[in-house]
Amino acid sequence: MIKKICRNIYLILIFVFLYAPIVTLVVLSFNKSKTRAKWGGFTLKWYGSLFTNEAIMGALMNTLLIALVASVVSTLIGTIACISIMNLNKKMRSVVMGVTNIPMLNAEIVTGISLMLLFISFNFKFGLGTILLSHITFCIPYVILSVMPRMQQLNPYAYEAALDLGAGPVYGFFKVILPEIMPGIASGFLMAFTMSLDDFIITHFTKGAGVDTLSTKIYTEVKKGIKPEMYALSTIIFVTVLILLLLVNYKPLEKRQKTDKEVKEAVKVGG
Amino acid sequence: MDNHKRNLKILGSPYYLWSAFFIIIPLAMVFYYGLTDRSGAFTLANIASIIQTEHIKGLFLALELSFISTVICILLAYPLAMILSARKVSSKSFIVLIFILPMWMNFLLRTMAWQTLLEKTGVINSVLSFLGLPVLKIINTPSAIILGMVYNFLPFMVLPLYNCISKIDENVINAARDLGANSLKVFTRIILPLSIPGIISGITMVFIPALTTFVISKLLGGSKILLIGNIIEEEFTQASNWNLGSGLSIVLMIFIIVSMVITEIFDKGGESNFL
Amino acid sequence: MNKILIDLQHISKSYDGQLILDDLSLYIRENEFLTLLGPSGCGKTTTLRILGGFETPEQGKVMFEGEDITKVPPYKRQVNTVFQKYALFPHMNIKENIAFGLKIKGKTQNYIDDKIKYSLKLVNLDGYENRMPDSLSGGQQQRIAIARAIVNEPKVLLLDEPLGALDLKLRQDMQYELIRLKKELGITFVYVTHDQEEALTMSDTIVVMNQGYIQQVGPPEKIYNEPENAFVADFIGDSNIIRSTMVRDELVNILGVEFKCVDVGFGTNKPVDVVIRPEDVILKEDESGKMKGVVSHLIFKGVHYEMEVQANGFEWLVHSTKCFPVGTVVSIDVDPFNIQIMNKPEFEDEEALKIDG
Repeated sequence: MIKKICRNIYLILIFVFLYAPIVTLVVLSFNKSKTRAKWGGFTLKWYGSLFTNEAIMGALMNTLLIALVASVVSTLIGTIACISIMNLNKKMRSVVMGVTNIPMLNAEIVTGISLMLLFISFNFKFGLGTILLSHITFCIPYVILSVMPRMQQLNPYAYEAALDLGAGPVYGFFKVILPEIMPGIASGFLMAFTMSLDDFIITHFTKGAGVDTLSTKIYTEVKKGIKPEMYALSTIIFVTVLILLLLVNYKPLEKRQKTDKEVKEAVKVGG
Repeated sequence: MDNHKRNLKILGSPYYLWSAFFIIIPLAMVFYYGLTDRSGAFTLANIASIIQTEHIKGLFLALELSFISTVICILLAYPLAMILSARKVSSKSFIVLIFILPMWMNFLLRTMAWQTLLEKTGVINSVLSFLGLPVLKIINTPSAIILGMVYNFLPFMVLPLYNCISKIDENVINAARDLGANSLKVFTRIILPLSIPGIISGITMVFIPALTTFVISKLLGGSKILLIGNIIEEEFTQASNWNLGSGLSIVLMIFIIVSMVITEIFDKGGESNFL
Repeated sequence: MNKILIDLQHISKSYDGQLILDDLSLYIRENEFLTLLGPSGCGKTTTLRILGGFETPEQGKVMFEGEDITKVPPYKRQVNTVFQKYALFPHMNIKENIAFGLKIKGKTQNYIDDKIKYSLKLVNLDGYENRMPDSLSGGQQQRIAIARAIVNEPKVLLLDEPLGALDLKLRQDMQYELIRLKKELGITFVYVTHDQEEALTMSDTIVVMNQGYIQQVGPPEKIYNEPENAFVADFIGDSNIIRSTMVRDELVNILGVEFKCVDVGFGTNKPVDVVIRPEDVILKEDESGKMKGVVSHLIFKGVHYEMEVQANGFEWLVHSTKCFPVGTVVSIDVDPFNIQIMNKPEFEDEEALKIDG
């Protein structure tokens, strides 16, 4: 009993530690005073002025656009790469996986400057394009590392069974393999999206002047003082994701419980 | 079927080309710049510049702070991982809630928020003085940087540890109990050794980003504390001395490689399955 | 005899430089229940996969009704496979699993529904249409895997250790089930297993394989009673394999004692291997047998006792319904027709295996 209480207290403490800054930001978004140092009373005005602040809205659009394109492209490239990697021999596979691990294990600052040097040397025009290329680069490993285990768990005979029953390779892939690795692809996509959204360091080195994502915008504002609209925007994003997460997390649970029952009933009725 | 297999291999070529161009070549460029001077002649001066007082100070401070942060992360994360793996059923959504969700609040803002919390007249100190306790004066000190590191990288310690501990077969623990091990023995002889791969990959996941950060030190350490990451960043964004910045990056990578080699030795055959 | 359906001609296959099949030739007749039997790594599964089209041999041809299908991909073969671990599609229900092949062939919905009903009845699982694979037991999943294969009306059904994952009782039930199915369908079954009992129970023809070579082909009785070499003798059932000398036709010297036998044509004073099944060794309490020995080990096995008898420097394995306690002095006899004479093995691998066994 005491053990249980201790455990719960510990969990709560960690929870407070992780959420204290977030609560702070949410509170600041309602702060009438422009400086974050003191509380000037409750207001909703930042939520209103947020939508007319072109700089912030522009950065938001850039951030979302980059995250969306980067995660879609990296999911496609990464998933297809997984099929190929599975069919490589052991040596080649470990070489490829080794290279794949580099962006994950290397320091972000090194990845950032290395890409920056690449873009400079090959005369890339710094801007949304270079950010996008960089984000795809560091997103692909997340996709591969979350799809790969699913691929390995596949019953190797399931695909062969499909071929055996007359399915061509492409049809077999879409009907048998894809549905099985879908959870891996989905979590890889989500991971890529989140990482891209939250990235600052690599964007910092690969963005051009005048182009900003939310992260780089915040970084430049740190010195001058962050605009309260930024807090409002973060709060909106956070709450939206929280609600989405709650919806997503509760749905499959219900579904799972249902299917069993439904199946049994369907057997009774239909059979 | 053999042809079929060859076709499947070719499917990967977009990625292979991509990783060659955007992973291998950029890294090669860092080495090129790091090993040449502005005129393009070979030199070791950029790397050797690590021994300049300012640089070596930044490196040692970064090593010290990231080491302390890593240790704190292990100490905080281990009980957490054990508690989470004991709850089994609901822990997955709990982990999402506690670690993944905060990531959707921008990490710079989250780190910034600690400024507000830690300031002399900030929230924490108001509470402390209200309770009659001495106030904290840690903002703009190395301690604040450590706090920021622990705060940002704790999830990367918990997740691999949780993965590792929750995979331990319950019957292995039961067998140990059956053979007469008490709770302490079960922990030291069974759980701890079996969780070493988790600890090791947690260490690399925390130590490397902590060692190389320049954001946390900038946001929480004021402008006076320079870590090696800050020095490199300034070489690129302000001083525009790419050769020197690349040289220092190579030194940084040497530390990363060393810590990865150590990981590899401890974690033989284990795949990086921390996700 | 039925006509030949499949003809494997001089098939060779290797992985990573290791030879798995070496110049293997084999034909399979229409409506035959043929079993590929052998220890793991003997090449039986590879042979099956070549038949299914999942592997292409490096050398040799696969002829199907006189047509070369060596390079025909699996989805264009009139052959269906029941895979080792069932390989049901986990995200489809039973109905969708069974309909998979039929839908690809563009059959009408009515036809498909009929087929599903028919096949589920055939495997004794009617009413399971809407269940998901993971809600079924191993045995049930196996039946569905069979149903999924046979609705496509293949000319040959390939079964890759289909009962391997089932427990003993279920395995025996499924053996009878498979024999029944085979009779009802009237098609060729090619069955892969390492379980000799399974092979003996179900097959019309057994192909014993070892290290990429066919050791013996024949009906079960012949394989059991007249193994052609020590490997087959050892692999199929328990046996006493003794190095002996063929004195002349119908007379063999086993461990210094001459026994009458029925084999001829091995020459005179030739070294041979003799196989005697444990149930064929006759133990006598008096000294009327040919060889004196002492019982050194005794285990009760249910239908019989299993004993080890030390006699003339050899440890005889004996199965008998009569119990001889440890230490009993007995004499050993063998009827002439129960002594199986074999040539010494031709290559060393076989020799090594025999000694191991």
